[in-house]
Amino acid sequence: MNDDSLWTIFLNASLVNNFVLAYFLGICPFLGVSGRLATATRMGGAVCFVMLVSSVCAYGIHHLLVAIDAPYLQLISYIVVIASTVQLVEMFIKKMSPALFRALGIFLPLITTNCAILGLALFQTNKGYGLLQSLVYALGAGSGFTLALVLMAGIREKLELATVPDMVQGTALTLMVAGILSLAFMGFAGLGA
Amino acid sequence: MADSDRVQAVSSTDEFIKGLWRENPVFVQVLGMCPVLAVTNSGINALAMGLATTFVLVLSNTLVSALRRVIPRQVRIATFILIIASFVTVVDYLIQALSLELHRALGAFISLIVVNCLILGRAEAFASKNSVARSIMDGLGMGLGFTFALLCLGGVREILGSGSLFGFALFPAGFQPWIVMILPSGGFFTLGLWLLLFNYLKARRQAVQGAVQEVTS
Repeated sequence: MNDDSLWTIFLNASLVNNFVLAYFLGICPFLGVSGRLATATRMGGAVCFVMLVSSVCAYGIHHLLVAIDAPYLQLISYIVVIASTVQLVEMFIKKMSPALFRALGIFLPLITTNCAILGLALFQTNKGYGLLQSLVYALGAGSGFTLALVLMAGIREKLELATVPDMVQGTALTLMVAGILSLAFMGFAGLGA
Repeated sequence: MADSDRVQAVSSTDEFIKGLWRENPVFVQVLGMCPVLAVTNSGINALAMGLATTFVLVLSNTLVSALRRVIPRQVRIATFILIIASFVTVVDYLIQALSLELHRALGAFISLIVVNCLILGRAEAFASKNSVARSIMDGLGMGLGFTFALLCLGGVREILGSGSLFGFALFPAGFQPWIVMILPSGGFFTLGLWLLLFNYLKARRQAVQGAVQEVTS
Protein backbone atom coordinates (compact mmCIF):
# COMPACT_ATOMS: atom_id res chain seq x y z
CA MET A 1 0.00 0.00 0.00
CA ASN A 2 1.26 3.45 -0.90
CA ASP A 3 0.81 6.20 1.70
CA ASP A 4 1.46 9.37 -0.33
CA SER A 5 -0.71 12.26 0.82
CA LEU A 6 -3.62 13.18 -1.46
CA TRP A 7 -2.22 16.64 -2.16
CA THR A 8 1.17 15.22 -3.23
CA ILE A 9 -0.55 12.76 -5.55
CA PHE A 10 -2.62 15.49 -7.16
CA LEU A 11 0.35 17.82 -7.64
CA ASN A 12 2.50 15.01 -8.97
CA ALA A 13 -0.03 13.87 -11.56
CA SER A 14 -1.07 17.31 -12.76
CA LEU A 15 2.14 19.37 -12.79
CA VAL A 16 5.38 17.60 -11.84
CA ASN A 17 4.82 14.47 -13.92
CA ASN A 18 2.30 15.93 -16.34
CA PHE A 19 0.88 13.05 -18.37
CA VAL A 20 1.32 14.76 -21.71
CA LEU A 21 4.52 16.75 -21.29
CA ALA A 22 6.55 14.44 -19.05
CA TYR A 23 5.18 10.92 -19.68
CA PHE A 24 4.18 11.42 -23.34
CA LEU A 25 0.75 9.89 -22.82
CA GLY A 26 -2.14 11.08 -24.97
CA ILE A 27 0.00 12.75 -27.62
CA CYS A 28 -2.48 11.96 -30.43
CA PRO A 29 -5.38 14.09 -29.10
CA PHE A 30 -2.79 16.62 -27.88
CA LEU A 31 -1.68 17.15 -31.49
CA GLY A 32 -5.09 16.57 -33.03
CA VAL A 33 -7.63 18.51 -30.93
CA SER A 34 -5.44 21.43 -29.83
CA GLY A 35 -6.34 23.64 -32.81
CA ARG A 36 -9.27 25.47 -31.14
CA LEU A 37 -9.48 26.61 -27.54
CA ALA A 38 -13.20 25.79 -27.06
CA THR A 39 -12.89 22.22 -28.38
CA ALA A 40 -9.76 21.66 -26.31
CA THR A 41 -11.56 22.57 -23.07
CA ARG A 42 -14.48 20.23 -23.79
CA MET A 43 -12.20 17.42 -24.84
CA GLY A 44 -10.32 17.86 -21.56
CA GLY A 45 -13.59 17.60 -19.65
CA ALA A 46 -14.62 14.40 -21.43
CA VAL A 47 -11.21 12.81 -20.85
CA CYS A 48 -11.32 13.80 -17.13
CA PHE A 49 -14.68 12.07 -16.75
CA VAL A 50 -13.59 8.88 -18.51
CA MET A 51 -10.43 8.86 -16.37
CA LEU A 52 -12.40 9.11 -13.12
CA VAL A 53 -14.81 6.32 -14.06
CA SER A 54 -12.18 3.98 -15.45
CA SER A 55 -9.95 4.63 -12.45
CA VAL A 56 -12.64 3.37 -10.07
CA CYS A 57 -13.37 0.39 -12.33
CA ALA A 58 -9.67 -0.45 -12.64
CA TYR A 59 -9.37 -0.41 -8.85
CA GLY A 60 -12.23 -2.89 -8.55
CA ILE A 61 -10.99 -5.14 -11.34
CA HIS A 62 -7.47 -5.24 -9.96
CA HIS A 63 -8.75 -6.54 -6.62
CA LEU A 64 -11.04 -9.02 -8.33
CA LEU A 65 -8.19 -10.36 -10.48
CA VAL A 66 -5.92 -10.67 -7.45
CA ALA A 67 -8.69 -12.57 -5.67
CA ILE A 68 -9.15 -15.09 -8.49
CA ASP A 69 -5.40 -15.19 -9.18
CA ALA A 70 -5.48 -14.22 -12.85
CA PRO A 71 -3.17 -11.21 -13.30
CA TYR A 72 -2.60 -12.00 -16.99
CA LEU A 73 -6.17 -10.86 -17.71
CA GLN A 74 -5.38 -7.36 -16.40
CA LEU A 75 -4.64 -5.65 -19.71
CA ILE A 76 -7.57 -7.20 -21.56
CA SER A 77 -10.13 -6.38 -18.87
CA TYR A 78 -8.85 -2.80 -18.46
CA ILE A 79 -9.20 -2.06 -22.15
CA VAL A 80 -12.71 -3.54 -22.24
CA VAL A 81 -13.76 -1.37 -19.29
CA ILE A 82 -12.32 1.76 -20.90
CA ALA A 83 -14.00 1.04 -24.22
CA SER A 84 -17.39 0.60 -22.53
CA THR A 85 -16.95 3.75 -20.43
CA VAL A 86 -16.21 5.76 -23.56
CA GLN A 87 -19.32 4.28 -25.19
CA LEU A 88 -21.34 5.34 -22.14
CA VAL A 89 -19.96 8.89 -22.20
CA GLU A 90 -20.71 9.08 -25.90
CA MET A 91 -24.37 8.13 -25.36
CA PHE A 92 -24.63 10.50 -22.38
CA ILE A 93 -23.25 13.51 -24.28
CA LYS A 94 -25.39 12.71 -27.34
CA LYS A 95 -28.51 12.75 -25.15
CA MET A 96 -27.62 15.76 -22.97
CA SER A 97 -25.88 18.09 -25.43
CA PRO A 98 -26.10 17.28 -29.14
CA ALA A 99 -24.11 20.47 -29.95
CA LEU A 100 -21.11 19.31 -27.94
CA PHE A 101 -21.46 15.85 -29.50
CA ARG A 102 -21.07 17.35 -32.95
CA ALA A 103 -18.16 19.60 -31.88
CA LEU A 104 -16.10 16.68 -30.57
CA GLY A 105 -16.86 14.50 -33.59
CA ILE A 106 -14.52 11.60 -34.27
CA PHE A 107 -12.31 12.40 -31.29
CA LEU A 108 -14.95 11.19 -28.85
CA PRO A 109 -14.78 7.47 -29.76
CA LEU A 110 -11.02 7.88 -30.14
CA ILE A 111 -10.72 8.49 -26.38
CA THR A 112 -10.62 4.68 -26.18
CA THR A 113 -7.20 4.63 -27.81
CA ASN A 114 -5.96 7.56 -25.72
CA CYS A 115 -2.99 6.03 -23.95
CA ALA A 116 -3.30 8.47 -21.04
CA ILE A 117 -6.35 6.56 -19.78
CA LEU A 118 -4.92 3.06 -20.00
CA GLY A 119 -1.65 4.48 -18.65
CA LEU A 120 -3.46 5.93 -15.66
CA ALA A 121 -5.09 2.60 -14.86
CA LEU A 122 -1.73 0.77 -15.11
CA PHE A 123 0.22 3.34 -13.08
CA GLN A 124 -2.28 3.42 -10.22
CA THR A 125 -2.13 -0.37 -10.05
CA ASN A 126 1.69 -0.36 -10.08
CA LYS A 127 1.84 2.28 -7.36
CA GLY A 128 -0.66 0.39 -5.20
CA TYR A 129 -3.00 3.33 -4.58
CA GLY A 130 -6.16 2.92 -2.50
CA LEU A 131 -9.60 3.91 -3.78
CA LEU A 132 -9.48 7.54 -2.64
CA GLN A 133 -5.87 7.93 -3.78
CA SER A 134 -6.77 6.49 -7.19
CA LEU A 135 -9.61 8.99 -7.55
CA VAL A 136 -7.35 11.93 -6.70
CA TYR A 137 -4.69 10.57 -9.05
CA ALA A 138 -7.24 10.37 -11.88
CA LEU A 139 -8.43 13.91 -11.12
CA GLY A 140 -4.84 15.20 -11.16
CA ALA A 141 -3.99 13.41 -14.39
CA GLY A 142 -7.19 14.64 -16.04
CA SER A 143 -6.62 18.25 -15.03
CA GLY A 144 -2.98 18.03 -16.12
CA PHE A 145 -4.10 16.72 -19.51
CA THR A 146 -6.67 19.52 -19.82
CA LEU A 147 -4.09 22.13 -18.79
CA ALA A 148 -1.58 20.97 -21.42
CA LEU A 149 -4.29 20.83 -24.10
CA VAL A 150 -5.63 24.31 -23.29
CA LEU A 151 -2.15 25.87 -23.15
CA MET A 152 -1.30 24.33 -26.51
CA ALA A 153 -4.58 25.45 -28.08
CA GLY A 154 -4.01 29.02 -26.87
CA ILE A 155 -0.52 29.11 -28.37
CA ARG A 156 -1.66 27.59 -31.65
CA GLU A 157 -4.51 30.10 -32.04
CA LYS A 158 -1.92 32.88 -31.75
CA LEU A 159 0.50 31.12 -34.10
CA GLU A 160 -2.10 31.07 -36.87
CA LEU A 161 -1.62 34.81 -37.23
CA ALA A 162 2.19 34.61 -37.27
CA THR A 163 4.25 34.11 -40.41
CA VAL A 164 6.29 30.90 -40.32
CA PRO A 165 8.17 29.17 -43.18
CA ASP A 166 5.99 26.70 -45.13
CA MET A 167 8.28 23.83 -44.27
CA VAL A 168 7.80 24.19 -40.51
CA GLN A 169 4.03 24.48 -40.59
CA GLY A 170 1.86 21.72 -39.13
CA THR A 171 3.08 18.93 -36.88
CA ALA A 172 6.74 19.99 -36.87
CA LEU A 173 5.86 23.41 -35.44
CA THR A 174 3.45 21.93 -32.90
CA LEU A 175 6.16 19.53 -31.68
CA MET A 176 8.67 22.37 -31.26
CA VAL A 177 6.15 24.33 -29.19
CA ALA A 178 5.42 21.19 -27.15
CA GLY A 179 9.15 20.83 -26.48
CA ILE A 180 9.36 24.36 -25.10
CA LEU A 181 6.21 23.79 -23.00
CA SER A 182 7.76 20.62 -21.66
CA LEU A 183 10.92 22.53 -20.73
CA ALA A 184 8.77 25.05 -18.88
CA PHE A 185 7.00 22.27 -16.95
CA MET A 186 10.38 20.98 -15.75
CA GLY A 187 10.38 24.05 -13.52
CA PHE A 188 7.80 22.23 -11.37
CA ALA A 189 10.22 19.40 -10.68
CA GLY A 190 11.25 20.94 -7.37
CA LEU A 191 7.66 20.73 -6.09
CA GLY A 192 7.28 16.95 -6.22
CA ALA A 193 8.41 14.11 -4.08
CA MET B 1 -12.91 -11.11 -55.48
CA ALA B 2 -11.42 -7.66 -55.06
CA ASP B 3 -8.52 -9.29 -53.22
CA SER B 4 -7.16 -11.10 -56.26
CA ASP B 5 -7.48 -7.98 -58.42
CA ARG B 6 -5.33 -6.02 -56.04
CA VAL B 7 -2.71 -8.77 -55.83
CA GLN B 8 -2.06 -8.31 -59.52
CA ALA B 9 -1.93 -4.56 -59.23
CA VAL B 10 0.59 -4.38 -56.39
CA SER B 11 3.15 -7.10 -55.61
CA SER B 12 3.65 -8.11 -51.99
CA THR B 13 7.25 -6.88 -51.99
CA ASP B 14 5.77 -3.49 -52.65
CA GLU B 15 3.52 -3.85 -49.56
CA PHE B 16 6.69 -4.47 -47.59
CA ILE B 17 8.74 -1.59 -49.02
CA LYS B 18 6.04 1.06 -48.70
CA GLY B 19 6.00 0.83 -44.90
CA LEU B 20 9.75 1.33 -44.69
CA TRP B 21 9.95 4.66 -46.47
CA ARG B 22 7.17 6.03 -48.66
CA GLU B 23 4.41 5.51 -46.07
CA ASN B 24 6.63 5.40 -43.00
CA PRO B 25 4.21 5.23 -40.04
CA VAL B 26 6.04 7.81 -37.93
CA PHE B 27 7.57 10.33 -40.31
CA VAL B 28 4.89 10.36 -42.99
CA GLN B 29 1.65 9.18 -41.34
CA VAL B 30 2.47 10.56 -37.85
CA LEU B 31 0.92 7.57 -36.05
CA GLY B 32 1.82 6.01 -32.70
CA MET B 33 3.53 9.09 -31.31
CA CYS B 34 3.41 8.21 -27.61
CA PRO B 35 5.94 5.31 -27.58
CA VAL B 36 8.01 7.11 -30.23
CA LEU B 37 8.66 9.95 -27.82
CA ALA B 38 8.62 8.10 -24.53
CA VAL B 39 11.07 5.21 -24.93
CA THR B 40 13.62 6.69 -27.34
CA ASN B 41 16.04 8.06 -24.77
CA SER B 42 18.51 5.30 -25.73
CA GLY B 43 19.20 3.12 -28.76
CA ILE B 44 18.61 -0.19 -26.96
CA ASN B 45 15.19 0.84 -25.64
CA ALA B 46 14.20 2.11 -29.08
CA LEU B 47 15.22 -1.16 -30.74
CA ALA B 48 13.41 -3.33 -28.16
CA MET B 49 10.23 -1.26 -28.40
CA GLY B 50 10.34 -1.34 -32.19
CA LEU B 51 10.75 -5.11 -32.35
CA ALA B 52 8.01 -5.70 -29.75
CA THR B 53 5.62 -3.50 -31.75
CA THR B 54 6.56 -5.28 -35.00
CA PHE B 55 5.87 -8.66 -33.37
CA VAL B 56 2.42 -7.59 -32.17
CA LEU B 57 1.64 -5.89 -35.49
CA VAL B 58 2.50 -8.94 -37.60
CA LEU B 59 0.57 -11.36 -35.39
CA SER B 60 -2.51 -9.16 -35.04
CA ASN B 61 -2.52 -8.46 -38.79
CA THR B 62 -2.37 -12.21 -39.44
CA LEU B 63 -5.23 -13.06 -37.11
CA VAL B 64 -7.44 -10.14 -38.15
CA SER B 65 -6.92 -10.99 -41.79
CA ALA B 66 -7.64 -14.69 -41.20
CA LEU B 67 -10.86 -13.85 -39.34
CA ARG B 68 -11.94 -10.98 -41.58
CA ARG B 69 -14.99 -12.80 -42.97
CA VAL B 70 -16.12 -14.05 -39.55
CA ILE B 71 -16.03 -10.80 -37.54
CA PRO B 72 -19.34 -8.87 -37.72
CA ARG B 73 -18.88 -5.30 -38.90
CA GLN B 74 -20.58 -3.67 -35.90
CA VAL B 75 -18.20 -5.08 -33.29
CA ARG B 76 -15.03 -5.16 -35.39
CA ILE B 77 -13.14 -2.44 -33.48
CA ALA B 78 -13.80 -4.14 -30.13
CA THR B 79 -12.69 -7.48 -31.59
CA PHE B 80 -9.51 -5.98 -33.02
CA ILE B 81 -8.64 -4.43 -29.65
CA LEU B 82 -9.19 -7.74 -27.87
CA ILE B 83 -6.94 -9.56 -30.38
CA ILE B 84 -4.24 -6.89 -29.98
CA ALA B 85 -4.52 -6.93 -26.18
CA SER B 86 -3.99 -10.72 -26.10
CA PHE B 87 -0.81 -10.50 -28.19
CA VAL B 88 0.49 -7.58 -26.12
CA THR B 89 0.03 -9.65 -22.96
CA VAL B 90 2.11 -12.38 -24.60
CA VAL B 91 4.88 -9.90 -25.48
CA ASP B 92 4.77 -8.39 -21.99
CA TYR B 93 5.41 -11.76 -20.33
CA LEU B 94 7.98 -12.69 -23.02
CA ILE B 95 10.11 -9.59 -22.38
CA GLN B 96 9.79 -10.12 -18.63
CA ALA B 97 11.18 -13.64 -19.08
CA LEU B 98 14.00 -12.62 -21.44
CA SER B 99 15.30 -9.52 -19.67
CA LEU B 100 13.91 -8.12 -16.45
CA GLU B 101 16.13 -5.06 -16.81
CA LEU B 102 14.65 -4.17 -20.20
CA HIS B 103 11.15 -4.76 -18.86
CA ARG B 104 11.84 -2.23 -16.12
CA ALA B 105 13.31 0.33 -18.53
CA LEU B 106 10.30 0.18 -20.84
CA GLY B 107 7.83 0.00 -17.95
CA ALA B 108 4.17 0.51 -18.70
CA PHE B 109 4.93 1.31 -22.33
CA ILE B 110 4.95 -2.38 -23.26
CA SER B 111 1.34 -2.70 -22.09
CA LEU B 112 0.56 0.56 -23.82
CA ILE B 113 1.31 -1.04 -27.22
CA VAL B 114 -2.41 -1.95 -27.06
CA VAL B 115 -3.41 1.66 -27.64
CA ASN B 116 -0.80 2.34 -30.32
CA CYS B 117 -2.95 3.82 -33.10
CA LEU B 118 -0.61 2.31 -35.70
CA ILE B 119 -1.64 -1.27 -34.89
CA LEU B 120 -5.38 -0.62 -34.76
CA GLY B 121 -5.01 1.55 -37.85
CA ARG B 122 -3.38 -1.23 -39.89
CA ALA B 123 -5.94 -3.79 -38.68
CA GLU B 124 -8.80 -1.56 -39.78
CA ALA B 125 -7.30 -0.08 -42.94
CA PHE B 126 -5.37 -3.05 -44.33
CA ALA B 127 -5.68 -6.44 -42.63
CA SER B 128 -9.49 -6.47 -42.54
CA LYS B 129 -9.57 -6.05 -46.33
CA ASN B 130 -6.61 -8.12 -47.60
CA SER B 131 -5.35 -11.71 -47.72
CA VAL B 132 -3.25 -13.21 -44.92
CA ALA B 133 0.06 -13.24 -46.84
CA ARG B 134 -0.25 -9.60 -47.86
CA SER B 135 -1.28 -8.57 -44.35
CA ILE B 136 1.85 -10.23 -42.95
CA MET B 137 4.03 -8.36 -45.46
CA ASP B 138 2.26 -5.12 -44.62
CA GLY B 139 2.73 -5.73 -40.88
CA LEU B 140 6.42 -6.52 -41.35
CA GLY B 141 7.01 -3.44 -43.48
CA MET B 142 5.13 -1.08 -41.20
CA GLY B 143 6.73 -2.61 -38.09
CA LEU B 144 10.25 -2.29 -39.46
CA GLY B 145 9.51 1.24 -40.65
CA PHE B 146 8.37 2.04 -37.12
CA THR B 147 11.54 0.46 -35.68
CA PHE B 148 13.65 2.46 -38.14
CA ALA B 149 11.98 5.69 -37.02
CA LEU B 150 12.46 4.81 -33.34
CA LEU B 151 16.14 4.12 -34.00
CA CYS B 152 16.51 7.47 -35.80
CA LEU B 153 15.22 9.23 -32.70
CA GLY B 154 16.87 6.99 -30.14
CA GLY B 155 20.24 7.22 -31.89
CA VAL B 156 20.25 11.02 -32.07
CA ARG B 157 19.03 11.41 -28.50
CA GLU B 158 21.53 8.93 -27.06
CA ILE B 159 24.51 10.33 -28.99
CA LEU B 160 23.80 13.90 -27.95
CA GLY B 161 22.29 13.22 -24.52
CA SER B 162 24.70 10.58 -23.16
CA GLY B 163 27.59 10.74 -25.66
CA SER B 164 27.22 7.05 -26.54
CA LEU B 165 25.41 4.71 -28.93
CA PHE B 166 23.96 1.36 -27.77
CA GLY B 167 25.94 1.87 -24.54
CA PHE B 168 29.36 2.35 -26.21
CA ALA B 169 31.00 5.70 -25.49
CA LEU B 170 31.62 7.66 -28.69
CA PHE B 171 33.30 10.81 -27.49
CA PRO B 172 36.49 11.50 -25.46
CA ALA B 173 36.06 12.14 -21.75
CA GLY B 174 35.88 15.93 -22.19
CA PHE B 175 32.47 15.71 -23.97
CA GLN B 176 29.73 17.53 -22.12
CA PRO B 177 26.45 15.64 -22.81
CA TRP B 178 23.33 17.66 -23.65
CA ILE B 179 21.16 16.52 -20.78
CA VAL B 180 18.12 18.15 -22.37
CA MET B 181 18.12 15.55 -25.16
CA ILE B 182 17.32 12.64 -22.85
CA LEU B 183 14.70 14.67 -20.99
CA PRO B 184 11.11 14.75 -22.30
CA SER B 185 11.54 18.05 -24.15
CA GLY B 186 14.46 16.60 -26.13
CA GLY B 187 12.05 14.00 -27.55
CA PHE B 188 9.71 16.70 -28.85
CA PHE B 189 12.58 18.70 -30.36
CA THR B 190 14.23 15.70 -32.07
CA LEU B 191 10.97 14.44 -33.58
CA GLY B 192 10.13 17.97 -34.71
CA LEU B 193 13.48 18.23 -36.49
CA TRP B 194 13.07 14.82 -38.19
CA LEU B 195 9.61 15.82 -39.43
CA LEU B 196 11.15 19.04 -40.72
CA LEU B 197 13.72 17.03 -42.68
CA PHE B 198 10.98 14.82 -44.18
CA ASN B 199 8.91 17.88 -45.11
CA TYR B 200 11.97 19.35 -46.81
CA LEU B 201 12.64 16.15 -48.78
CA LYS B 202 8.99 15.97 -49.84
CA ALA B 203 8.93 19.60 -50.97
CA ARG B 204 12.14 19.12 -52.93
CA ARG B 205 10.83 15.96 -54.64
CA GLN B 206 7.64 17.77 -55.65
CA ALA B 207 9.69 20.67 -57.02
CA VAL B 208 11.80 18.27 -59.10
CA GLN B 209 8.71 16.44 -60.41
CA GLY B 210 7.12 19.77 -61.31
CA ALA B 211 10.24 20.80 -63.25
CA VAL B 212 10.34 17.44 -65.08
CA GLN B 213 6.68 17.77 -66.07
CA GLU B 214 7.31 21.28 -67.37
CA VAL B 215 10.20 20.07 -69.55
CA THR B 216 8.34 17.04 -70.95
CA SER B 217 5.05 18.78 -71.70
